[in-house]
Amino acid sequence: MTRPKGTLLLKAAAGEGVAAFPRAGLRAVAGLLEQDRFLGPALMVPALAGLLLFVAYPFVYGIWLALSDSYVGRAGSFVGLQNFVQQFRDDIFQKTLANTFEYTIVACVFKFIFGLGMAAALNQRYPLKRFVQAAVLLPWIIPTVLSTLAWLWMFDSTFSVFNYVLKRVGIEGPMWLGERHWPMISLIIVNIWRGTPFFGVCFLAGMQTIPEELYEAARIDGAGSWQKFWHITFPLLIPVTTVVMLLSIILTFADFQLIYVLTRGGPANSSNVLGTLAYWVGIYAGNLGGGAAVSLTMFPVLAVVILLTLLALRRG
Amino acid sequence: MLRGFTIRRVGGRTLTVYLPVVFIVLVMLFPFYWMLVTSLKPIQELYNKQASPFTVLQPTLAHYRYLFDKTLYLTWLKNTLIITMGSTLISIAVSIPAGYALARLRFPGAATLGWLIFVTYLVPPTLLFIPMMQLVSALGLTDTIWALILVYPTFLTPFGTWLLTGYFRAIPRDMEECALVDGCTKTGAMVRIAMPLAIPGILSVFIFAFTLSWNEFIYALTLVSDASLKTVPVAVQAELIMADAHMWGEIMAAGLLGSIPVALIYSFFVDYFVAGMTAGAVKG
Repeated sequence: MTRPKGTLLLKAAAGEGVAAFPRAGLRAVAGLLEQDRFLGPALMVPALAGLLLFVAYPFVYGIWLALSDSYVGRAGSFVGLQNFVQQFRDDIFQKTLANTFEYTIVACVFKFIFGLGMAAALNQRYPLKRFVQAAVLLPWIIPTVLSTLAWLWMFDSTFSVFNYVLKRVGIEGPMWLGERHWPMISLIIVNIWRGTPFFGVCFLAGMQTIPEELYEAARIDGAGSWQKFWHITFPLLIPVTTVVMLLSIILTFADFQLIYVLTRGGPANSSNVLGTLAYWVGIYAGNLGGGAAVSLTMFPVLAVVILLTLLALRRG
Repeated sequence: MLRGFTIRRVGGRTLTVYLPVVFIVLVMLFPFYWMLVTSLKPIQELYNKQASPFTVLQPTLAHYRYLFDKTLYLTWLKNTLIITMGSTLISIAVSIPAGYALARLRFPGAATLGWLIFVTYLVPPTLLFIPMMQLVSALGLTDTIWALILVYPTFLTPFGTWLLTGYFRAIPRDMEECALVDGCTKTGAMVRIAMPLAIPGILSVFIFAFTLSWNEFIYALTLVSDASLKTVPVAVQAELIMADAHMWGEIMAAGLLGSIPVALIYSFFVDYFVAGMTAGAVKG
């Protein structure tokens, strides 16, 4: 069987075309990639695609869920602000909202004070300085869930180590996770323990950028160590303080794991924060619309804090 | 006279330097000591109200043995490691080009994109986990390790990009410009010149991403429910706490072992870690 000549020619031409086209195409693409306005966006594509799919889309979808009566396994229809109205009228939600603010404000104030104290103490001269400065950051590094489990055991209703010590000095310790205001206090204590090193280490880093001459000059002018701290260290730490505080407010306000592990929001929903309540309503009870609404209640506060953070960083 | 003076000086130093430092270290590390002691206590000491809780009289490795023989602990460790490495590598691969583009290349919208990416770094998972569950289910990834490998980069990439943008900006342009003059392409200059110089930054991103993925909880809790696919943090609090029978020895053993990888990475690279952590706050 002989092939018609024409077909052969056609095939050859096609083959050459296939080979020539990508070469020219590649060269054109390579040329474009030498220009910033093409190479820049091209390098951003993977990051942007991921963030669009897994941050922007869920965010918008979450707003839709909050405005719908969706349940697990049942697509919902639009119900307006009903979920929000329902939640804001609910006793548990109101308590949760108050808890979230209490948790954030009290914990952040103490983390700030203790962090400043920690930085001031650790910035002095003492043996094993590098080791000590590394070791105190451990509460911040170690998986929160795992260290919180150690606290859960320390707060145990029967075998609490704190109550063991208190008993030695004649005090009957409380049911840390079980009665009156103690569950909230316990949560705040653990949050302070975990978060103080973050403040402390950031303050330390900030302190180390303060030029020694300033202290030298203050010493010559007869300033004591407290005056030096108050008039030099503290004012120069204000930019660091602002950013650290804002970051910590975001993390504390949106906390979940610490509360989930330590009290599960209990007893009787008395120590829930917005994150855990959103979980119980949206996932545990399957009321996706309600859960998304609880979760989105965080948004106005977070938006303000995020905006402030951006402004603080832009100025810095 | 002289003696009194030195004693007061030494006393003063003890009071203002050593006492606070020792106190801080004790408070920060006590829970870890507590985990260790508990994990080594035999049952009869663990649940004895009379025995001192601070010491262990007859240490035992029974809880550790139970963990490895009777639970899926090794599987949980393996899952955590795979997810952590997978999401960390993806984040680095995505952050390097993005960070380089934002630091070096001039294209319309670059500044806005930079700030947008930083904003996503500040959006907490607590805000997104309910719709994320639906999204992951729609993608058919529920109850797979892939769900977490793909979702974690969403909070790792923004930070990585932002940190690397700063690093690339700090590298002098001269060398890349020389390479361009010598006929190197722009992508070539990025890969061959800028990337090797940014290795400390890349290392910071690696350490951060590793720690954050290893510690992640809410997505691991909501996106994976099969016990054999769980990560260490989720599994320890879900599988070792039964209604009323908390296995405290095992829980503490699991907590200590599960912290070791992060603690090791941290102790090798303390300086990179602190540099990355304080980059936002201190350098701005």
